Amino acid sequence: MKIHEYQSKELLAKYAVAVPKGTVASSVEKAASAYRKILKKGRCTVKAQVHVGDKGKAGGIKVVSGLPRLKKVAKDILKKRLVTAQTGPYGLLVRKILIEETIPTVSEFYLAITYDISLGTPVLLACRKRGGVEIGDIAKINPKMIIREDINPFTGILPYQSRRIAYKLGLKAEAIEEAAGQISNLVKAFLELDLSLVEINSWGLTRDKRMIVIDCKMEMDKDGVFRHPELKKLQEASEEDRLEAKAGDLGLDYIALSGNIGCMVNGTGLALATMDLIKLHGGEPANFLNIGGGATVEQVKEGFKVLLANRKVKAILVNIFGGIMKCDTIAQGIIEVAKKIRIKVPVVVRLEGTNFEKGRNLISKAKFNLIAASDMEDAAKKAVEAATTRKTRSIKKTKVSKKRR
Amino acid sequence: MSILVNRDTKVIVQGITGQAGSFHARQMKEYGTQVVGGIAPGQGGTKSDGIYIFNTVQEAVDRTGANCSCVLVPPAYAADAIMEAADSELELIVVITKGIPLKDISRVKKYLEEKNSLMIGPNCPGIITPGECKVGIMPGYIHTRGNIGVVSRSSTLTYDLVWQLTRRGLGQSTCTSVGGALMRGMGFVDALELFERDSETQAVVIIGESGGTEEEEAAKFIKGKMTKPVVGYIAGRMAPLDKRISHAAAVMTGGRSSVEEKASALRDAGVVVSKSPALIAEAVARVLGLSS
Repeated sequence: MKIHEYQSKELLAKYAVAVPKGTVASSVEKAASAYRKILKKGRCTVKAQVHVGDKGKAGGIKVVSGLPRLKKVAKDILKKRLVTAQTGPYGLLVRKILIEETIPTVSEFYLAITYDISLGTPVLLACRKRGGVEIGDIAKINPKMIIREDINPFTGILPYQSRRIAYKLGLKAEAIEEAAGQISNLVKAFLELDLSLVEINSWGLTRDKRMIVIDCKMEMDKDGVFRHPELKKLQEASEEDRLEAKAGDLGLDYIALSGNIGCMVNGTGLALATMDLIKLHGGEPANFLNIGGGATVEQVKEGFKVLLANRKVKAILVNIFGGIMKCDTIAQGIIEVAKKIRIKVPVVVRLEGTNFEKGRNLISKAKFNLIAASDMEDAAKKAVEAATTRKTRSIKKTKVSKKRR
Repeated sequence: MSILVNRDTKVIVQGITGQAGSFHARQMKEYGTQVVGGIAPGQGGTKSDGIYIFNTVQEAVDRTGANCSCVLVPPAYAADAIMEAADSELELIVVITKGIPLKDISRVKKYLEEKNSLMIGPNCPGIITPGECKVGIMPGYIHTRGNIGVVSRSSTLTYDLVWQLTRRGLGQSTCTSVGGALMRGMGFVDALELFERDSETQAVVIIGESGGTEEEEAAKFIKGKMTKPVVGYIAGRMAPLDKRISHAAAVMTGGRSSVEEKASALRDAGVVVSKSPALIAEAVARVLGLSS
């Protein structure tokens, strides 16, 4: 779960990590009053608040001088779509900008805390930045330049570890205590807030030997958010695909894709395999939807609605191998949806596993058009067939209507 | 033989009074697993479907000689349950629970460093030696006894493969999954090592997924240490699910996570990698020379 930079910086400030003075604004007027409040005159940095990296390159970060210039830049960025290599051609709508004092730095560092997945330990990565070289490139070219410190998840980082990092970064004596203290605070925030990533790029050293977070990216562990109801509110649904957000609220794992076969599968691996099979048979999946092991009738119903809300969907493939999930639960969900909404597209259903007899029985008695499949291969074939036949049918229809005209 | 569980394994179910806990404890027992007790703090002394309930794991171990736990405790309490099981020296802790916070799993992993317990999971379907012992939530009827070892990262895709094997007349020695959690206990290499040593296992199927680097590590192990034939499949070739990768993750993995790279690492190690998830059992039959 990603949150905005301004939100991340507010959280860091609570942990006594130094961040620039700044305010978030959603209109040019508010941007102007923010500028008057924090700076009065001089340079400030305007940053588009969207969930994507490389904002600077795409024009989403601007350093401006004076109020008139700020107003112009705010107008240019706000309510526009920011397009970067990661966003796709439509980009992301900028609803908010962060206006910050611009801090001159004498040197800059990269700092990240995340989990080392293979070892299962929190780890801090740090590196001195040199003349515009990307951190990813440093990792490839000279991995030895990256300092690594493993963190004990029970005790957190120990003072000597923070000091060791500060020394390895080549900081001078007068900045060591300051830097080490800030590192300890950062790790404390990471662990206490159940974050999965904090990335500070850059962490700046100022002329007066203070360390300050220039740019910050934060992600929360979606499984840890239940312990922090106040952080759950920070997530802005508008930032993510509407359907993805809806599915997320329901505890479903949904990712939109570009094809026309809607998939509802239980389990990540089986969902991925189902999509692979659809492709192998010449079709294109419209989405990834994992309804999980313990889904309820309600979740199945809602998941189905999410699939049907996608207008590109020409056929639906339900592939369930029951374990915790019982097949009759799935069947019941599908039937209840069909009672409420008219399902116009063909639905191919494959049920196997716990309570499969009950499930298949319910499906066979259903009053609407369901296509039963005997296994995964059969299901994928039938779904691709159903999606393509429909396509040709609709093409034929348009041809006929043209002739009539 | 088999790996990790057999007819002598004595299983307790942590979280037995929950909906999933009671349902699957019953299913395990019906399959023939020795379910010797359940754990539910505050409900000790009662019974669930004829299974004795204890307040603490230690009490259950002292009274029943349990050596394996199946954890079906909700995410918020799962880490504590796992550490309790490890503290009571259970040899095997099978964690079904999904959605345990990363911090908790990392604490569990640190805690287990000092203990002799092996954790399978979290977020896994469990482990089964067909006809002898089922610890987990997989449907029992799809399995048959035989000589194919199965290790996977997923749950339901494993069931699908097992069902393919069974219908193809290929029984299994033991089937297990390392689980779908980002951070986990037993890894592919641990399972492969056990299958390599197991006299009953003739061939192994490994099912990977996009993301992480475990398949590459498995490939290295297979190339260097494995004599038995291995068949593989990597799910997610068609799905660009890794698009949201951070710098930090890239720094850590060196960016090695594409499905094609995993598949070619495995092929390089002599693994027969199936392109279709529906034809894995067919590939096993071919490798064993059973194909017509």
